[in-house]
Amino acid sequence: MDPKLQQSVFYAVLALAVVAAIGGGLITHGAEGLAFGLFASFTLGGSLMCIWERSVVRSAFSLMATFMGVAGLFVLLGHDFLAMAQVLIYVGGILALLLFGVMLTPPDLTERKLTRVGGAIVFVFGGAGLVWNHVQSATRSLAVLPPEELAEATTQDRAIGLAFLHPEQYVVAFELAAFLLTVALVAAVYIARRRTEDFEPEEAA
Amino acid sequence: MSLLQDAAGPVLEHAARPEGDASIFVSLHRWLIPEAFADQVPTWFVALGGIGIGLGLLIGLISVTVMFCVWLERKVSGHIQCRTGPMYAGGWHGWAQSIADGVKLLTKEDTVPKDADRTMFWIAPAIVLASIFGALAAMPISYDWWFGRMDLGVFAILALSSTTTIGVVMAGWASNSKWSLYGAMREAAQVVAYEIPLGLSLLAPLFALGTFSLGEASALQSGWFGMKWAIFTNPFLLPAFLIYAIAALAETKRAPFDLPEAESELVAGFMTEYSGIRWSFFFFEEYAAMLLMSIVGAFFWFGGFESPVTGALRSAGVEESSLLFGFVCFGTVMLKGLFGIFLMMWLRWTLPRVRIDQVMTMGYKYLTPLALVCVLGAACWEALVHALFS
Repeated sequence: MDPKLQQSVFYAVLALAVVAAIGGGLITHGAEGLAFGLFASFTLGGSLMCIWERSVVRSAFSLMATFMGVAGLFVLLGHDFLAMAQVLIYVGGILALLLFGVMLTPPDLTERKLTRVGGAIVFVFGGAGLVWNHVQSATRSLAVLPPEELAEATTQDRAIGLAFLHPEQYVVAFELAAFLLTVALVAAVYIARRRTEDFEPEEAA
Repeated sequence: MSLLQDAAGPVLEHAARPEGDASIFVSLHRWLIPEAFADQVPTWFVALGGIGIGLGLLIGLISVTVMFCVWLERKVSGHIQCRTGPMYAGGWHGWAQSIADGVKLLTKEDTVPKDADRTMFWIAPAIVLASIFGALAAMPISYDWWFGRMDLGVFAILALSSTTTIGVVMAGWASNSKWSLYGAMREAAQVVAYEIPLGLSLLAPLFALGTFSLGEASALQSGWFGMKWAIFTNPFLLPAFLIYAIAALAETKRAPFDLPEAESELVAGFMTEYSGIRWSFFFFEEYAAMLLMSIVGAFFWFGGFESPVTGALRSAGVEESSLLFGFVCFGTVMLKGLFGIFLMMWLRWTLPRVRIDQVMTMGYKYLTPLALVCVLGAACWEALVHALFS
C-alpha cells in the first residue's frame, strides 16, 4: 500500500477511535467520562503514534501526548502532586533530553514492521480494555475512590509534604535522596567542565 | 519534631479556614444559570460551561495584558534610545498600536515552507500557548478568586511552563530550516540548564514561607501593615531573588539571553519560518511567560497581594472576601507583575546578548552552586530564628 494512503487510513482510524472513546465516556458518565475518554485517548493514541510513525523525531514528540494523558489520569484520580511530578520530570526533563538526542541522529525512514505488529497488538488490547471498562462501569462511577474520599485525596499534597519531613516517617529516605541528587548534580558539572589541558587555543592567523 | 509542627502550624491553620467555592467558574455559572433551572441542566454541561467561562476570562485577561506589554515595550525601548516610540495609532501616544498590529497579523498570509512537516508546524504554536495558559491558570486572582485552586501552586507552574520547550523544539524541527533548528537547540539547552537554578532559588523563599500555594504565601506575608514581605525577613532571600531574576530572564528567552531567536545571527531563530498569527503566538507566549515569572517572584519575595493598601483596608475592617478587597488584591499583584516586566524590558534594551558558552557557564558553574548556598543559608537562618525567638 502507498505509504501516504497508509498514513491517512491510520490517522482516520485513530480519529474515529478517539471520537468513540470521548463520546462513549460522555454518554455513560457525563463530564467525568468525557475527561477520562480524552486522557485515555491521549495516552493510547500517543503511544500508538510513537510506534507507528516512520520518523523517529515524530515518534519522540508523540510521547508528549502519552505523558500528558497519564498526568491527566492522575488528576482524575485525585493525585495532583503525582500528575505535576509526571509533567515536570517526564515532559520537561526526560522528553527534552530525548529530543536532544534524537534530533542529533540521522533520519531513518525504513519501515519498522516488527514494532508496528507489536503496536497493533498493544492497541487491540488497550482499545479492548477501554471498551470493556466503559461497558463494565456504565452503572458505577469511573473514579476508583468514592467521591468523599476523592475530595480528601486532593488535599493529600500537604500530607505528602509533611510525611516526607516527619522524623518517624520518610525524612531519612527523603534527605538521602536529596543528598544523592545534589552530589550527582555537582559531579555532572565537574565531569563536563573544560580542563585546561583539553583546551588548545587557536593559532592566531 | 516540635520544630516541624511549629513551622507547619500557621500553614495548617490557614488551610483550615473555611474556603467556600473558590473557583471563579463555579461562582460565575451560579449567576448565569438561574436557581430554578439548576436541576434540569446536566452536570456535564455545567462543567464544560464553567471551563469555557474560566478559559475565556483567562485568555481575555492575559491578551489585554500582553497587548499592553507590547505597546509598553515599544515605548520603553524608544525612550531608552532617545526616540518616542509609536505616536500616531489611536492618537494618544500610539495607544492603539498593538490593536493595529493584531489586525495586521490576523490578515497576513499564513505561510508554511514547502518541505516543512505540516502537522507539527501547525501544532507547535498551540502547544506553546496551551502550556503557558495551563501555568497561568494556577495563579490566584485574589484570596477568594482562582482559576484552578491547588495546594501545589508554584510546583504546578514550574511543571507546566517547562513544557513550552517541547513546543519550541517542535517548531524549530518542523520548519525544516537550519536557522530554526539552531534556535530550537539553543532553547532546549538553555531552558534545561536554567531550570535548575530557577527551581533551587525558589526553594529559599519556600523555606521561609513553608508553602507551595501562592495564595497562602501571600497570606503569610500579611503582617507589618502589609509590608512583612519575605525578602525583608531573611537575608539570604535577596541573593536568591537575584539568581531567580537571572534564571527567569533565561527561561523566558529575554535579552540578554535571547539566543534562541538572536535576530542578528539566526534571522529569527525558531520562528524564522512562521508568519502572521502563528508567529504572534510565540510572542504572546513570551510576554505571558514574563508576566508569569514576575508574578511568581512577586508572590514569593514581594508580598503577593499584600501592600500598605491592603494593610489599610484590613485595619479599616474590610472583609477579605469582599469585592473591593478582591479588586485591590488583583490590582496590587498586577502592578507588581508589570513592574517586573518593566525591569525585564529595561535590561533588554541595556545589555548586549551573551554568547552560548557564557550562558552555559553562568548557569551551571556559577548560578547553580550559588543557589545551593542560598538554600542552605535560608534554611539555617529559619532554624536559627526559630530556635532563638520561639
